[in-house]
Amino acid sequence: MITLTHYLTLSAILFSVAVAGIFINRKNLIVLLMCIELLLLAVNFNFIAFSRYLGDTSGQVFVFFILTVAAAEAAIGLAILVVLFRTKASIDVQELDEMKG
Amino acid sequence: MLKHHLIDGGPVFNGSVYTWMVVDGIHMEIGFLVDRLTVLMMTVVTFVSFMVHIYTVGYMHDDPGYQRFFSYISLFTFSMLVLVMSNNFLQLFFGWEAVGVVSYLLIGFWYTKPTAIVANLKAFLVNRVGDFGFLLGIATLLYFTGTLDYIDVFARAETMQGETITIFGGHAWSALTVACILLFVGAMGKSAQVPLHVWLPDSMEGPTPISALIHAATMVTAGVFMVARMSPLFEFSETALSFVLVIGAITALFTGFLGVVQNDIKRVVAYSTLSQLGYMTVALGASAYAAGIFHLMTHAFFKALLFLAAGSVIIALHHEQDIRRMGGLKKYLPITYWTSLIGSLALIGFPGFAGFFSKDALIEAVGLSSIPGSGFAYFSVVAGVFVTALYTFRMFFLVFHGSERIDEDVRGHLREPPWVVWAPLVLLAIPSLLIGWPTIGPVLFGDYFGSAIFVLESHNGLAEMGHEFHGPLSFLLHGLKSPVLYLALSGIAVAWYAYLYKPSVAENIRRRFGVIYTLLDRKYYMDELYQTVLAPGAARLGGLLWRVGDVAIIDGAAVNGSARLVGWFSGVLRQIQTGYLYTYAFAMIIGLVVLVAWLTLGVNN
Amino acid sequence: MAEIFLACGLCVVLVVDLFVSDRNRDLTFSLALIVLIGTAWISWTTGHAGQVLTFGGSFVSDPLAQLLKIFSIAAVFVSFLYSRDYLKQRNIFKGEYYVLGLFALLGIMVMISAYSMMTMYLGLEMMSLALYAMIAFDRESPVSGEAAMKYFILGAIASGTLLYGISFIYGVTGSLQIGEISAALTAGAMNETSLLIGLAFVLVGIAFKFGAVPFHMWLPDVYHGAPTSVTLFVGTAPKLAAIALAVRILVEALGSVGHLWEPMLLVLAVLSLAVGNIVAIAQTNIKRMLAYSTIGHVGFILLGFVAGSHAGVEAALFYTIVYILMAAGAFGMVILMSSNGHDADRLDDFRGLGRRSPWFAAMMLLLMVSMIGVPPLAGFYAKWWVLTALVNSGHVWPAVVAVLFSVIGAFYYLRVIRLMYFDDAEGEAGAPVAGGWLMRTVLSANALGVLALGILPGGLLEMCARALSG
Repeated sequence: MITLTHYLTLSAILFSVAVAGIFINRKNLIVLLMCIELLLLAVNFNFIAFSRYLGDTSGQVFVFFILTVAAAEAAIGLAILVVLFRTKASIDVQELDEMKG
Repeated sequence: MLKHHLIDGGPVFNGSVYTWMVVDGIHMEIGFLVDRLTVLMMTVVTFVSFMVHIYTVGYMHDDPGYQRFFSYISLFTFSMLVLVMSNNFLQLFFGWEAVGVVSYLLIGFWYTKPTAIVANLKAFLVNRVGDFGFLLGIATLLYFTGTLDYIDVFARAETMQGETITIFGGHAWSALTVACILLFVGAMGKSAQVPLHVWLPDSMEGPTPISALIHAATMVTAGVFMVARMSPLFEFSETALSFVLVIGAITALFTGFLGVVQNDIKRVVAYSTLSQLGYMTVALGASAYAAGIFHLMTHAFFKALLFLAAGSVIIALHHEQDIRRMGGLKKYLPITYWTSLIGSLALIGFPGFAGFFSKDALIEAVGLSSIPGSGFAYFSVVAGVFVTALYTFRMFFLVFHGSERIDEDVRGHLREPPWVVWAPLVLLAIPSLLIGWPTIGPVLFGDYFGSAIFVLESHNGLAEMGHEFHGPLSFLLHGLKSPVLYLALSGIAVAWYAYLYKPSVAENIRRRFGVIYTLLDRKYYMDELYQTVLAPGAARLGGLLWRVGDVAIIDGAAVNGSARLVGWFSGVLRQIQTGYLYTYAFAMIIGLVVLVAWLTLGVNN
Repeated sequence: MAEIFLACGLCVVLVVDLFVSDRNRDLTFSLALIVLIGTAWISWTTGHAGQVLTFGGSFVSDPLAQLLKIFSIAAVFVSFLYSRDYLKQRNIFKGEYYVLGLFALLGIMVMISAYSMMTMYLGLEMMSLALYAMIAFDRESPVSGEAAMKYFILGAIASGTLLYGISFIYGVTGSLQIGEISAALTAGAMNETSLLIGLAFVLVGIAFKFGAVPFHMWLPDVYHGAPTSVTLFVGTAPKLAAIALAVRILVEALGSVGHLWEPMLLVLAVLSLAVGNIVAIAQTNIKRMLAYSTIGHVGFILLGFVAGSHAGVEAALFYTIVYILMAAGAFGMVILMSSNGHDADRLDDFRGLGRRSPWFAAMMLLLMVSMIGVPPLAGFYAKWWVLTALVNSGHVWPAVVAVLFSVIGAFYYLRVIRLMYFDDAEGEAGAPVAGGWLMRTVLSANALGVLALGILPGGLLEMCARALSG
């Protein structure tokens, strides 16, 4: 029998993987964008699990909103990436260090 | 509105307009208290400043700081009105300091003149001493009553009488007495009472209209006004009243003597102002607040008149201020001559003139007072009348009569100044001549002030006089019989004899009493006392504190040391901001993990 | 409804901008300003004394919302005024800038009025997405792209975290609506661990939006890298959104478990005060310095929440409003200094300003002194009330720490003043400040406003009190 706890654990694992991906990855910005998507998916997973558990649909509605926003976010993220690539000719995370201190 | 309150006796207005802030239950507000006392002051202030504004148009015509000057005096009028209309101590203090600042700016108006700079610095420093006392006084009241509002403080006055405060050595003082004396120290600074009077004669370095406006008619009376306003407090402290009385008496007599030996026309008038302020203070000390305020009002008119007349003489002589180089000006400056005659007669209290009513009433009130020190005060004010007459007419004769001692090239174009200068003289001469007649009855003996001034039954000398008062005319006849008048007349006579009829007499006296003359000429060595004893002592103390406290401890260890430490720390912390995205993300995650761990573990424990 | 008007208005601006040639771009600018004025007017007239809920309880109209909206519209208005000359000189005077700005404002307003976690999130994202784009607006500048990327990644993590927290709170209380969450929490009896996890995650999201340590890393880089007019935008109106977020979630929804989040917030506040004020000293770039100073100010604002009392939140609200006024002025000054083409964002560019342009040096002096918190400027009252609220609620130590770090903070503000008045300009930088009349007027009004608010703080404080009394 799969209980709520299992869902929550899975979502926590997804969340952790996403977060780890963000700060372990030092090369590719696109991977960062993917990690962010994963993060949001973990959240969605959580919402749906709770929504099903509580028998309340508002959580599922929230998930649709999050998905929509995530799409917009990805678009903006890629747009910024393009701008960055034009000036730097690189998408290396380690080269984003012009400003510090 | 003025007429409404002044003549029709409109109701007292007391209300707060805006609450600035509330700290610990103490309301700091902007509010107005308008009663008869306020309205009288407002009338005087606005009338005199109006005259001075007109006069200034002529006097300052060629000055490069013309606009600056007008902005200053307007600011002054505003501050003065704030001061008199306030209904709480905070606003009073604000107005008090604001007039102080403007006075500082105006004394140093000709800022290229070194003496003016020294004079304004001196005025500022001496006033600081007074203001310090004033502020402490307010603080004492606040401490004991917990409010800044006049009405609330006054209501607590009687109970405060019993409370005591220990200052040094276990000697307990009545809290009310301490507060009153501290407040009066403020008044001493602003109203130039001995020993804080030294700034006023020097302030004559400013333009003459200012001397008239600030240092004769309005600002210096702020102290007198303040004490009258605080009458419900002072009444309950006999010690404070006595202190006020004695200081006033000393000022009235001894600064009068100084007037006799001065040669600068404005300084003579300035010393006369000091002496008259002493009179007002004496009246306050004798609980004859109404008489003090009455004298304040008449004095404002005739003293402004005298100052402006002196200014007129100065313009005519192309900024010559030494009376030894004047003389015989009567035929050149007729309007100035007649108006200053009126002013002088009013000043010495010649029967029928404004000064007569106020001064005579004041002297009698002091005579009837039973407060400790009133005997000395009575002697001082009576003797003061003679001195007043002497120096006033000495100046008058030396300026307008006698041989002409003016420069030849000035005499050529010596003529009456333009109308904007003499019109205020005439307008001020009218109240100097007449204001006493209609006002003496209601102001002194009627209940004109209503509840604005509070006098205990046992102190009320004025009421006693009021029983014998039957209209101004009989007061005049009564005055004719008093010795005061004859003292004044003899003063005039001596002045006439010594300076006009036989100038060699004055010279002889001066040589014979060389010691006294020098003493007077050096103003009792007050300035020297301050300069050689107090100032270097304070400077040495300051120097010591600076070397040990500031340089060694604060600068060396505390400031520079900690600044170096912080600077180093700053450099280290800066390294955390590496510029790499993953560090930033890592910091966030660490923060998140710590928060989650803390919360879950903290609660489970 | 002001938001609907704004949404329609910005669509109009967007469409009109398509048909306007680059030379007539001022038309878009004026149109955007008109839309703002209209929005402000509608917000002003449609205010409610009490609390009115619409859209199935996910949208609220109350005095707090009205106050915050008016001020955020004003902040956006001012930042638009500041931006015109700056953008023109850099050839990025495009209609999109204003459309994005209006979008961000729409997001801010939705956040302010949100009464459900869902609307809150939508507003937040609407604001953030527009801001990311604005930061990357200067396509030629390498730092601007870098700043946008950093902000974007970190912002996405933060909103992910916030959402994750919200999902837990939803799971525990069974609702997304703020009123219902509050009611459920007061009723008690629930899984405490889940609630705590949710609380911690939500707190991280809020702290990120404020820029509290250790979630502040984006702030200096974004302030530094973005075009200055965008920095001004990011530094002002979104702070009001952040305080709305904090008031709605922490006070209104989670107020009954205040004893759980207050200590955490205290730690964040003290860390912010420390890091912000100390690291600012080592900065050589004024935008970066102001970013760290922001972190320090955020510490103060959070302290207002820590007090846990009504007066504390009121003080935090007052502080935020005063802060955005000061920040707008300070960044406006940087924009003004940069008006001859190159970015004058180094501290050294302020050398000798007192001699070159005495008036603007005096304005900068006012702003800096107010940030230090010297009476009678507005910054003093802001600090004063926060400290009073803290002490009154028994938090004496945090108050002492706050004062200590303010003193340390005074150092770098005073350094700006020293540079302006006691140092001479070097090289050819000795020219007086150039700038259009619009810039000059707005800046002067802004700085004098700080002074005016300092002399008469009562009105605004009363407004804050009224906003929170519902």
